[in-house]
Amino acid sequence: MNKDIYILGIETSCDETAASIVKNGTEIISNVVASQIESHKRFGGVVPEIASRHHVEQITLVIEEALQLAGMEPNQLNAVAVTEGPGLVGALLIGVNAAKAFAFAHQLPLVGVHHIAGHIYANRLEQEMEFPLLALVISGGHTELIYMKEHGDFTVIGETRDDAAGEAYDKVARTLNLPYPGGPHIDRLAQASDEAVVFPRIWLEEGSYDFSFSGLKSSVLNYMHNAAQRGEKVAPEHVAAGFQNSVVEVVTGKTMQAAQQYKVRQVIAAGGVAANKGLRRSLEEASKEKGIPFYIPSLPLCTDNAAMIAAAGTVMYEKELFGTMAMNGRPGMPLTSWI
Amino acid sequence: MTYAIMLNSPEETEVFAAAFAELLEPGDLLTLEGDLGAGKTTFTKGLAKGLGVQRMVNSPTFTILKQYSGRLELNHFDVYRLENSDEDIGFDEFFTSEAVSVIEWAKFIEEYLPKERLEITITRQSEQERKVVLNPIGRRYEKLCRELNL
Repeated sequence: MNKDIYILGIETSCDETAASIVKNGTEIISNVVASQIESHKRFGGVVPEIASRHHVEQITLVIEEALQLAGMEPNQLNAVAVTEGPGLVGALLIGVNAAKAFAFAHQLPLVGVHHIAGHIYANRLEQEMEFPLLALVISGGHTELIYMKEHGDFTVIGETRDDAAGEAYDKVARTLNLPYPGGPHIDRLAQASDEAVVFPRIWLEEGSYDFSFSGLKSSVLNYMHNAAQRGEKVAPEHVAAGFQNSVVEVVTGKTMQAAQQYKVRQVIAAGGVAANKGLRRSLEEASKEKGIPFYIPSLPLCTDNAAMIAAAGTVMYEKELFGTMAMNGRPGMPLTSWI
Repeated sequence: MTYAIMLNSPEETEVFAAAFAELLEPGDLLTLEGDLGAGKTTFTKGLAKGLGVQRMVNSPTFTILKQYSGRLELNHFDVYRLENSDEDIGFDEFFTSEAVSVIEWAKFIEEYLPKERLEITITRQSEQERKVVLNPIGRRYEKLCRELNL
């Protein structure tokens, strides 16, 4: 009989200081997230200095709590998995160094996980992955379509050519004077609006799975600018609904096109923007119509967390892909396959 | 003195930046100012193309810095999120390297910027048109601007 595998996951690539223990890559034993969104609201965005300081204050507490909630001792763990990149450099360093210290002190193997691989594997904590699979990773820093033939095999078939979707949401929200983070506010306004401004759909060349949100952002800015020049009042909910319609239609359209072309058996979504109600509904309806199973993790697993890092780290541990004590935070780390 | 050029579309901005990139030397530092949607990322994409960067160049807003390799190394900074912060992420090390550095929203890290640099300001004239103003500070950048023959 195979022995159970227990992995401690650590995540500090951006806002969240998080630690979690996961059993066999599929079962959450404990999951602790200390968020600092509150302190960022005042600044309209993530301020790395605050981010780093907050991580330093929280990291040991969060790791201790993850162990305590699990009722486990470090010697019962098989390995420590940590987000190696991409992310904010100062923030990544804190998680990586905490993981190295923990691994060294308790003589455990160290596993460096790509943040996006983590987001994808968050799904496995609720629903077993079936290959071939298409993952839509959509957040403040990423908008990517990733094709997976099997575990650890990643092909990025589409990515943003300019802004990430979540970034476009935040910037449009800022021009509408909505608080940070802007995504949920635009989503809420869009849901409640009975009218929508028509903004362009940026499809790019035929057959491309890349995304572009910068042109859409400029259209919204132009619309606001022109209205201001004419002295007209803008209804924020109409702008929010128009912007969201454009994002949702293009993201859903490209995801479904790719799912069909690659003949996948499962489509999964992940990342903070996957929590967007409008996008969620549209993806659910479109995949149902095409008869492709679609999954999206529950909200706490969509946003940054350490359970997803432990889940991806488990598969890497099984493949014996270990890091060394020379591991460093890699802000621009590319997503490469493990096989 | 300053130099100005009118560009009629995002495509023209990219072409201009690509041609401009051919004149760049190791260690050059460019700051880019302009409102949201002015075309700072478009300009940088053109610059990267001109430097022979093959990879996708997209917004570094989230991670503050993205690095690329071409004829020269390219550091693409966007310090938009450092507004109201006095964070130093080790700028000195980047600015004294052999890489070309491009900094969007550089005004937020004014205190860390070297004195000599090329200030580029993009302003919106209409939906498509942009005016690009180059303000060279220091002999290296004055020479660079003259070479452009504007």
